[in-house]
Amino acid sequence: MTDTVPDLTPEQLEIFGCELDAIRQRALDDLGDRDLEYIRRLIRIQRGLEVTGRGLLFASVIPPAWVAGVAALSVSKILDNMEIGHNVMHGQYDWTGDPALSGHGFEWDTACPSDQWRHSHNYMHHTHTNIVGKDRDLGYGILRISEEQSWNPYYLGNPLYAVLLALFFEWGVAFHDLEVERLGSGDVAWAEKRDLLAGIWRKASRQVLKDYVLFPALAGPQAPLVLAGNVSANIVRNVWTFTIIFCGHFPSGVLEFSEEETADETRGEWYFRQLLGSANLTGSKLFHVMAGNLSHQIEHHLFPDIPAHRYGEIAAEVSELCARFGIPYNTGPLGRQFGSVVKKICRLALPDRLTGVARARSADVAGPASAPDRPDPLPVAG
Amino acid sequence: MYTEVLAPSKSLGHRVLRSRLIEALAAPHGVDRYLELVRPAWSLRDLRAEVTAVHHPAPGSVTLTLRPNHLWQGFEAGQFVRCTFEIGGCRRARCYSPASSAHRSDGQFELTLRAHPEGLVSRFLHDHGAPGMIVGLDPAAGDFVLPAERPEHIALISGGSGITPVMSMLRTLLDEGHRGRVAFLHYARTPDRVPYARELAQIAVKAPNVSVDFVYTRAARGGHFHPHHLPDLTDPPGSASQATRRSRLPETYVCGPPGLIDAVCDAGDPERVHNESFVPLARTLDGGDTAGAVSFARSGVVAPNTGATLLEQAEAAGLKPAHGCRMGICHTCTCRKLAGEHRNLLTGEVSCAGDEDIQICVSVPAGSVALDL
Repeated sequence: MTDTVPDLTPEQLEIFGCELDAIRQRALDDLGDRDLEYIRRLIRIQRGLEVTGRGLLFASVIPPAWVAGVAALSVSKILDNMEIGHNVMHGQYDWTGDPALSGHGFEWDTACPSDQWRHSHNYMHHTHTNIVGKDRDLGYGILRISEEQSWNPYYLGNPLYAVLLALFFEWGVAFHDLEVERLGSGDVAWAEKRDLLAGIWRKASRQVLKDYVLFPALAGPQAPLVLAGNVSANIVRNVWTFTIIFCGHFPSGVLEFSEEETADETRGEWYFRQLLGSANLTGSKLFHVMAGNLSHQIEHHLFPDIPAHRYGEIAAEVSELCARFGIPYNTGPLGRQFGSVVKKICRLALPDRLTGVARARSADVAGPASAPDRPDPLPVAG
Repeated sequence: MYTEVLAPSKSLGHRVLRSRLIEALAAPHGVDRYLELVRPAWSLRDLRAEVTAVHHPAPGSVTLTLRPNHLWQGFEAGQFVRCTFEIGGCRRARCYSPASSAHRSDGQFELTLRAHPEGLVSRFLHDHGAPGMIVGLDPAAGDFVLPAERPEHIALISGGSGITPVMSMLRTLLDEGHRGRVAFLHYARTPDRVPYARELAQIAVKAPNVSVDFVYTRAARGGHFHPHHLPDLTDPPGSASQATRRSRLPETYVCGPPGLIDAVCDAGDPERVHNESFVPLARTLDGGDTAGAVSFARSGVVAPNTGATLLEQAEAAGLKPAHGCRMGICHTCTCRKLAGEHRNLLTGEVSCAGDEDIQICVSVPAGSVALDL
């Protein structure tokens, strides 16, 4: 990618915003039976896979049954967390009036309590996308994922922390709002986080009880195999969701922003930041479903409450609009995008002087000033 | 099949499904979210019904027969049920009065409704209602019912689609072997618009204590309500003079448009006339004035008062408040008024008590109003 960010005038940004609003309105006006049937079908498939997977694990004395059981349960959890849970909790199906699809009522099959997720993700991450210091999805308080985060020796472990975060991603997400690093530094008092911890405990203990105690216990002599199967399925889900989510905002070419430059954004500027701060993945239809359509991260960040299965349809219009305004539309296959994320995580483990990365000026909009694929970043918003 | 598994009795299957172990295994979604995949009407907690039959009793009308799941507690003749249908992917709730007997032996009940040209739900049900459809239900509600100790003589008067609750009362009384006299009087525009016409004619023949009369408001010798349309229900017949007949009008149950209800109330003893209106009142009564603004506190939206009902104004402002009947009977839309005065369209009363629960579908602002929406 050798795109540069165009310097749009406020007038251009306003037109750009209006065009996106129009795309959004067209999609909203078209919502109907198709969307409800789609998500219900997905839920049927997911629950079916879950029951099948758990059934197969009970027959794990036959090794292929164990493998098939882990596969089915992994896919079930991936669908539950991504295409169903994440999207429903965005309120994408609130218009249906079905309480089972209500963004405020849905609970998902992972350790993180849904209400905390709605705060940290729907509000904090989606409003303040890629703003260093505000968007805690930037490195999850553990990793150095942007040159804007100043290096210290702790970050020598960056690749190791990333591997651990991938393996235990559901716990990383569950403890996301706890701001562990700020608790450690004393910026936040434990007392402030008591209710949050109680919520995590309530949700996580039910998850642990189900996957690691009850289902193994019901399997009698096969308990160790069922336990191993459930642990494996959770890890498969963790690694997959980590991979997809890290490809959404951290591949090369994606920009970070500072609090100052985003202080008084117009709607057009907000759209502009969402676009520059997100990256898509290309792939088959099945791949998009397995990615919860977060492979259309750009469309998702522009329109977080439009049913995600429509992002693919909207993408053509969005990329055409970007081309018209000369705005880079960051997309690529999983291998390439994730590869650039891995490279970034390793590179940022080392001090900037060793990797030749000049420290980005904090007032500079575009962050990685000398990133190889971004020779000349321009200020985003006036 | 599901009546066996989820029968109201404490069957083993039911007890197992409700156990804490199963709930823990089905976390976080809950047992219902798996049961409904096997059969949509199955639910441990949600009151639902499956449509088992659909027919069109008269042009423009449709009758749905519903088999509710085990959570259904039945209804009293004359009550209404808030039903939720899925139309275009979106749930829509409406209140309808069952027309069947409260004692129907198979536990099912039937709804008859007329497709209004602008009625989204009624038109959908008329055109696309089909067996197998799943309908969400609320428990039956409403005070338009016969007293537990049935009056001896009863007049049942209806207009248009208001026939359903009084039809239910008539069928219920017949099932109970009611011995007193029952006068059934129905107003319709034309004969072809009367659902249940044949069944009513048969009842009139078979049951000597029941009289059935139809009056067609658009026919040459028809017209609107007049006490003379009712047979003499005095005891013994003919014992009262014309003058005293009015005061001896029996217990009367009337359901239909406001004009019919007013006419019947004027003709009889108000104590003995029980009524339910079936026309959206917001449209027939004039709105309040249009001064001030309506603010929706939770959404942070403020809009100038248009004079429409608070529910309509909330919807116009892009909010989606819960609602049902839109005529002030089901209380689904009840919400907290934080400040201001409003006028209740049903009673005409203006209330200035700031902090109170109000039915927004039948309330118009009298000046500025703040709602907890």
